[in-house]
Amino acid sequence: MTVDLTQFHDAFFEESFEALDSMEAALLKLDIGAPDRELINTIFRVAHSIKGGSATFGFSDIASFTHSLETLLDELRSGSMQVTLPMSDLLLKSVDVLRAMLRAVQAKQPVDAQRVSDLQFDLELMIAQKSAAPAVSAGPAAAPAASLAPSASQAPAASPVSGAAAASIADRSATGAGGPEPTTPAGLTGRRWQISFRPYRELFARGNDPLRMMRELADLGHLVVRVDTMALPPLSELDPSECHLAWTLELTGDVREEAIRQVFEWAEGDCELMIAQIDAGTTTAALDANSAAAGARTASAGTSASAPASATDNATADAILSAGPASAPAVAKTEGASKADGPKADAKEGQVTSIGDSGSIRVSVEKIDELMNTVGELVITQAMLSQLGAQIEGATAEKLRAGLAQLERNMRELQESVMRVRMLPITFVFSRFPRMVRDLAQRLGKQIELKLTGEQTELDKTVLEKIGDPLVHLVRNSIDHGIESPEVRAAAGKPAFGTVHLDACHRGGNIAVEVSDDGAGLDKDRILAKARARGLVGPNDQLTDEQIHELIFLPGFSTAEKTTDVSGRGVGMDVVRRNVKELGGKIELRTERGKGSRFVITLPLTLAIVDGQSVAVGSETYIVPLISIVESMQLKSSNVSRLSGRGEVFSFRGDYLPIIRLHELYGVEPHTRNLHEGLVVVAEGEGRRVGLFVDDLLGQQQVVIKSLEANYGHVEGVSGATILGDGSVALILDVPGIIRAASLRAVA
Amino acid sequence: MSTKGSGNGQGRPEQASGAGAESHQVLTFVLGNETYGVDILRVQEIRGWSAVTKIPHAPAHVLGVLNLRGSIVPIVDLRMRFALERAEYTAITVIIVVSVSSPAGRRDFGVVVDGVSDVVDVNSAEVKPAPDLGSRSATDFIRGLVPVSDRMVVLLDIDRLISGEMAAVSGNDLDATDAAMTASAA
Repeated sequence: MTVDLTQFHDAFFEESFEALDSMEAALLKLDIGAPDRELINTIFRVAHSIKGGSATFGFSDIASFTHSLETLLDELRSGSMQVTLPMSDLLLKSVDVLRAMLRAVQAKQPVDAQRVSDLQFDLELMIAQKSAAPAVSAGPAAAPAASLAPSASQAPAASPVSGAAAASIADRSATGAGGPEPTTPAGLTGRRWQISFRPYRELFARGNDPLRMMRELADLGHLVVRVDTMALPPLSELDPSECHLAWTLELTGDVREEAIRQVFEWAEGDCELMIAQIDAGTTTAALDANSAAAGARTASAGTSASAPASATDNATADAILSAGPASAPAVAKTEGASKADGPKADAKEGQVTSIGDSGSIRVSVEKIDELMNTVGELVITQAMLSQLGAQIEGATAEKLRAGLAQLERNMRELQESVMRVRMLPITFVFSRFPRMVRDLAQRLGKQIELKLTGEQTELDKTVLEKIGDPLVHLVRNSIDHGIESPEVRAAAGKPAFGTVHLDACHRGGNIAVEVSDDGAGLDKDRILAKARARGLVGPNDQLTDEQIHELIFLPGFSTAEKTTDVSGRGVGMDVVRRNVKELGGKIELRTERGKGSRFVITLPLTLAIVDGQSVAVGSETYIVPLISIVESMQLKSSNVSRLSGRGEVFSFRGDYLPIIRLHELYGVEPHTRNLHEGLVVVAEGEGRRVGLFVDDLLGQQQVVIKSLEANYGHVEGVSGATILGDGSVALILDVPGIIRAASLRAVA
Repeated sequence: MSTKGSGNGQGRPEQASGAGAESHQVLTFVLGNETYGVDILRVQEIRGWSAVTKIPHAPAHVLGVLNLRGSIVPIVDLRMRFALERAEYTAITVIIVVSVSSPAGRRDFGVVVDGVSDVVDVNSAEVKPAPDLGSRSATDFIRGLVPVSDRMVVLLDIDRLISGEMAAVSGNDLDATDAAMTASAA
């Protein structure tokens, strides 16, 4: 029977890319010299699961490459090799190559074999260079059961258990029958101690590491370890930061009780500890009962409870069983549930992703959009019913209206929930920066620290996708132009490490994303000189700071003294601003010479809904986005004047603002043409203010934005359409577009 | 024009299969004294007249937009499009919502007609090419003529009709052919 594996390809690619992202993130966090075990495990797991997947699907190039990668990582994991800077560079390159390979395979294109084999050679060279020093193994007995299966090999800190004992435990776990008595290896003399160690759940939180204790015990004499997994909850309820295991230890050797107690000194308050001396030859029936039960439990749970400190997923049952008992402290571990790791004594629980949480499913965006559309429809229908209900009279009318009010509340909740489905944390965008900053800093010879805050701020997926490139640009600019070289910084009395800070937060109904640096800031004089040289500004014009800042957003404007391959070609800030504008947001700049600069991007939470003011012009209704409205007012004929015969302006807080008559703009017959009979909506866009002349204001409401372009095309001065409560269509004004068009006409 | 032509060709699989089956169904409607026909597979919905929302700067025959179950659909008056005498919109005025394939993807359009007549089977062999009236573009959107019970039905190529429309509306990808076509039609 053949199974069509291609149906799983998409899932494989998607998961692999995600896994590579996490691997990259882990690599970047890895400290040279003092690597965090947890991170190495994460990295190893990624390589391992990609290897497994690609081998399954027959992507042999990827499988072969990841095998080399895995071998190297395994050396790191076992501690027999140390993380060095060249190594972490090499690993990062491997991530890139893997990504490229996956992409090529996904697109069914040939893989760049040369690049792959070069890197693979480097990897293997590094493995080969590893000193011949044997793996560090604690205790007198050589680490047993280190099977060569890569998944189970080198289980860290294999506690010295005799091969026979390991086998016996493995055997028992597999059969589920009461375990055979661990035989005392011949030739061992001294006292035999039976230790029952039953830690409380909080053991890890108190910073105790059973693994370490058992290693210490193993130093004292011959140790046989048996784990009792009775208290282990089902996988779905397992909290890996808690200890659910208990151990029965048998120590043979010339050991005094104090020495044993000393090992457990720190854990004393956190466990039930029983230490008893047993005469050679006496059975350990009491304690064995436990073990037997544990064995049964182990078997019933399949391979799930085998649990070495970091047995990888996908390991075969055999491999786990042979490695399992070798490393004593254990946490349940199954295939797929690769997130749980060995208990970490140094209270790293926070980093250990627990198994039970964040249950999620993958849903295609189209399905969500469909759902959004349907909900939008429901909202309209509900509004229609409410309008009808308000007109009904009679005995049941009151009940009907109560029901409709309830419906409205439910609808609003439903709409919000559906909206939230599309919201993703901005960390999806931020996560690409650590790598980028590292690479750029290296290339430019600068020392840069990247600070990320507010990564959990959520925004709409569409906004998220479109904000990435502008942010990349801003960060690149900060690194290239903003942050000075370490020497310059030192001369200016700044720390050698420059800081680039990315921050996201909710502000009102908007999201504010900030990119700031403590670099040189913008040189106003140079910008001005450049603008004058290019004829953008007259030689005698005096500009305010804000106007000067505006200059850098002009197309083709660059102040970089030399063009680098990073930035400075003058394509950029105008594109950044355009992208932000397209999302209905705005970008502002604060900068101080020598202190740094700060870009603040303000974005709407979602592109699907806008808060709008309905206005009436003749028989038509238009929606003006609230974000662009400054205020609405009635004009007196005294504060309106006509400029040079054509344009009308009115005074508003000391300024003269042009009046745009919407009825003229849209070719509609208005109720009134007299300015003082209608209303003027003062609106802002493109940094300018205008007065929009309308007949009347109708009300404020949230409207769902519908595309005019889907079936029709772009209309000047209109950003979209929406459906009103009565089912009719209203156009949404594109205020910046209107202002742009109006100023063009004024120029012409 | 060649690229546009091939684009339309790709967008019409159902017509191709209809021709292969020798016969396909056509919805006929009346406009003045003429009977026109569109491929039934392109018809999304037939609905009565309701007030539309005007679109600024639109060609005169684009009356405005309507809400069609949540999507915004432009409405074209075929009488004005074909330079016929204007008729009043009444309760029996009908809008046929058709879907067309354009270079930009599938689009829905509503066309205002005087009334819907019938659904008829058209044998592909009976379709006669439109007469050459000297100007190619004027008959560009006519796929052919077919006699149905003593009447001549003008089969419309909705894709070409509307893609000319779209070029005129969006204005930015206005190519010479479409401009000529729109100009001659108007």
